[in-house]
Amino acid sequence: MLELLLIPFLEATIRTATPLAFAALGELVSERAGVINLGMEGSIIAGCLGGAAAAVLGGSAVGYLGAALAGLLLASLFALFVVRLGSDQIITGTAITVLGLGLTGTLFHLAPTMVGVGATLPTTGPVPLPLLSSIPLFGRVLFTQPLPTYVLYVLVPIVAWWMRGTHAGLALRAVGESPVAAAAAGVPAARVRALAIGFSGIMGGLCGGTLVLAQVGSFNENMSAGRGFIAIAIVVLGRWTPYGTAGAALVFGGAFALQYLVQTLGLALPYQLFLAMPYVLTLVLLATLHGRAIAPAHLGR
Amino acid sequence: MTEVLLAFWDGAFGSVYAVLSATLVRATPLLFVGLAVALAFRAGVLNIGAEGQLIVGAIGASAVALAIPAWPRPVVIVLMLVAGAVAGGLWAGIAAVLRRRFHVLEVISTLMLNFVAAALIGWVVRGPLQEPTRVYPMSESFSAAARWPFLVPGQRLHLGFVLGLVTAAVLWYVLQHTAAGFRVRAVGAGARAAASAGAVPVARVASRAFLASGMLAGLAGASEVGGVTWALYEGISPGYGYTAIAVALLARLDPRWVIVTAIGFGALEAGGAAMQRSAGVPAVAVQIVTAAVLLSVLALSRWRARDRDEASA
Amino acid sequence: MSASALALTDIHKTFGDTRALDGASCTIRRGSIHALLGENGAGKTTLMRIAFGMIAADQGQITRHGAPVHFRSERESIAAGIGMVHQHFMLIPAFTVAENIALGGRGRLDAVAAAETVRRIGAATGLAIDPQARIADLPVGAQQRTEIVRALAHDADVLILDEPTAVLTPTESDELYRWMRRFADGGGAVVLITHRVREALAVADDVTVLRRGRSVLQGVAKSLTEDAAVTAIVGDRLAPDVSAALMPTDGEVLFALEAAAVRDADGRQRLRPTQLLVRSGEILGVLGVEGSGQRELLRLLAGRLAPSEGRVQRPDVVGFVPEDRLHDAVIPAFSLTENTTLAEAGALRGRVDWSRETVRAQTIVSDHDVRASGVQATMRSLSGGNQQRFVVGRERQRSPRALVAENPTRGLDVRATARVLETIRAVALAGGAAVVYSTDLDEILSLTRRVVVCFDGFVREVSAPADAEDRTPYARALVGADA
Repeated sequence: MLELLLIPFLEATIRTATPLAFAALGELVSERAGVINLGMEGSIIAGCLGGAAAAVLGGSAVGYLGAALAGLLLASLFALFVVRLGSDQIITGTAITVLGLGLTGTLFHLAPTMVGVGATLPTTGPVPLPLLSSIPLFGRVLFTQPLPTYVLYVLVPIVAWWMRGTHAGLALRAVGESPVAAAAAGVPAARVRALAIGFSGIMGGLCGGTLVLAQVGSFNENMSAGRGFIAIAIVVLGRWTPYGTAGAALVFGGAFALQYLVQTLGLALPYQLFLAMPYVLTLVLLATLHGRAIAPAHLGR
Repeated sequence: MTEVLLAFWDGAFGSVYAVLSATLVRATPLLFVGLAVALAFRAGVLNIGAEGQLIVGAIGASAVALAIPAWPRPVVIVLMLVAGAVAGGLWAGIAAVLRRRFHVLEVISTLMLNFVAAALIGWVVRGPLQEPTRVYPMSESFSAAARWPFLVPGQRLHLGFVLGLVTAAVLWYVLQHTAAGFRVRAVGAGARAAASAGAVPVARVASRAFLASGMLAGLAGASEVGGVTWALYEGISPGYGYTAIAVALLARLDPRWVIVTAIGFGALEAGGAAMQRSAGVPAVAVQIVTAAVLLSVLALSRWRARDRDEASA
Repeated sequence: MSASALALTDIHKTFGDTRALDGASCTIRRGSIHALLGENGAGKTTLMRIAFGMIAADQGQITRHGAPVHFRSERESIAAGIGMVHQHFMLIPAFTVAENIALGGRGRLDAVAAAETVRRIGAATGLAIDPQARIADLPVGAQQRTEIVRALAHDADVLILDEPTAVLTPTESDELYRWMRRFADGGGAVVLITHRVREALAVADDVTVLRRGRSVLQGVAKSLTEDAAVTAIVGDRLAPDVSAALMPTDGEVLFALEAAAVRDADGRQRLRPTQLLVRSGEILGVLGVEGSGQRELLRLLAGRLAPSEGRVQRPDVVGFVPEDRLHDAVIPAFSLTENTTLAEAGALRGRVDWSRETVRAQTIVSDHDVRASGVQATMRSLSGGNQQRFVVGRERQRSPRALVAENPTRGLDVRATARVLETIRAVALAGGAAVVYSTDLDEILSLTRRVVVCFDGFVREVSAPADAEDRTPYARALVGADA
């Protein structure tokens, strides 16, 4: 029973959580600088396309690079409007997302071969880590995963350390709290915001790259499937901390994996309950956080 | 290129059929959600949850249509409208309460509620409202009483379009010519002055506008199931709630212009579909146009980040 | 090396059409405390923000130790050894003391070292703060110490303090002054922006007085009397025209405060329990430097604020002209007609009769000499003077008997100023009552002989001197000379 159900469930949880965690980690950094990046979805789908196209040209490593650059490209446009022109974050983000979905969909239709339709994409399958993967239960779940998952194992602690343990991380958090006060202390607030958005774009791109190159193996229209918006929920549920965000990504991954489990088992429970649960949980958390300053004070402005 | 544009034109405006069965039919839900977004933004409420409110409105209207299939047609239609509006209003009401009582940013809460609504409709069409054979994820087809009348024989344009035009006119009148509408505009344009100079209860006005916005989006859902699909489907909205933001902003949040921009975006979608059929240009290309419109409005207008404390104070 | 730690010469700065600085100079010697004195709006803070790189001067020169410098941001001035403690603290409330102090650095963040820096500076200077405390949890005095420690942690040798004692108790102020002296004795320099003349003369070595953006007095504190300083601050302008000033009356009481007091959200008392009557036919003049309680006093009388203790009696409808016109009085994107309606927005029901509203707007425009292309023009398209005449006119129209005005002539030209003051006078002459706060003493004296001065939350009535043109008692009360 355990072997048959629990391990596949846990594996699916990690697999589903991996791209989500990339996007959420990017969104986290952007939000800690006070910017809600609703363009994340656009960066992700751009990453999917960029990853596929670059992988056709130069293999999977180049694919991930292309994914990151494509995500960065859309995020740069977002930063141009939000930081440079002072445009509303929400409307700009919506526009960037629509742009990303439209551009990738159009390119996909016009030049399908470019994004690897018909060709076999060089993908990165699960790589069992020596020794670690032979640990009972956890070995298979945690250490028989594709490369991006291992990157996250390293990246989350690095981001957490960077935010806590460097002056740049401190400056990032200060800008999210009060750009004016941060500037008075000598922090170049606009540059910090722009760089944070850029990082979130790269992470969004890698989320897309992971989807294409480590999971699905091909590009499809709309394959980002709302992950950019889910990332925003994950950051809230993770209470704007890196480890919290990683944990919240697992919660969402688990909830999505649970629906397959429920369907497999043929339980009478509606699986949509598990789809909705993480969002409801996020809303409840937001309401109960009221009065306790956990969100960056300048978020969204 | 000419060929592409011709295909686009044919699909959007090239024939009576294109106008009355494609463009205006697609414009109808955009009209309602465009008005919903315009009203909310006018009040300084960033409601990006029109998508979810539309879905819940569609569920509400469908539930009524399926519950009373044999009642007189006018009664069924009116009750569908009421159910759609109430359901959409309640859905927005969750975010309105979270905003007013718990200071939760409406941007985040409405976004979350869009996903909850998507899960809800997914369950409804496989659960309580699923068709009797329990095979397809959709509801039973509505009875004749719940199918809204067509406006022109042989064309797909339905009652919802006229109701949308009337709603736009009413909303314009309310905003421009009534005290309540004036308060909404004052709260959105200058919350501090409204409170200080006019003793306007800013939070209450914003909450009510939020509810009304949800009701308008709910009407879009009722109109789609009653006038177009005659059944409840999971994919009832291909993102109308998001396109609505472009519709409303391009109209500069003026209900009269929302009529024009909604038809414009309806034509864009109808033409885009035709373009794909006959010229091989993907329909999603219209999304690039939508994004370009939004970004141009942002670059050219004063839609700048405002101090949200002011709007929610 | 020059003896001047920081010198600003002939600085000019214009914001929009307001000339904030018009040839201001100030030389700060090493090892000295330098008091920068002046009324509200004299340009003290602007001058020091320029020195700190926050804003750029239009014209003028800045030197450090005799060498010209040009700061493009706070970052550059901090690196050059200048520190500034702002009147409204520039700290991140969610951060700890140590984090706030570390902010702006580069490379790895060493929390232990940052905390150690706080303790070391605390031990060396007596400015002790818990490095792990969150700013939001600290009292204002400790927040101020954090700002000072932060500047010292960046090795500042010039420290600018903007109204530092405004938030401190007398004991805390004394401690701060003693610390400033030790800092100066150690070779540093302190710029003390203040309006408290007596304290400034007691602690400072040098004094610069700014008036209307110019430095009008630069001298040694010891050789300066309080009266000379006060005269320099308020200026030896022409005697105010007091011929039309209204006398107190014994008419019907329109406003009454009975032990009314105001506390802010943090529980601090902004206005202490106050007794006050304003009668029909009177103008009550209110004086006070920023943050002295006049803001709360005016809002109590206008019915825009509820007292936290005591009672307020006032007419049902009170016209109110707030200082921040574009945020609190009008909506810039709305037309004049809509801004007319705005004043009734909360009470309106049903349909708005726009033809009636248009007529009302036209009445305001013609009665109060508002120059606009029409009542459909947006408020934004009007000049500041016309906007203000519109606001005053609107408030007078809705409440002919009671008007509260907060610095109503700020930024207006002579003609607009005269027009606004005329309207205020008309309210009292018609049997109503007006309450006017102004930063311009002469303006108050030209309006009325009944004046109260706010200082530190106390409202003190200043009895009119025998000589109607004598400004001394008011000026002294205003700058806390007799407090």
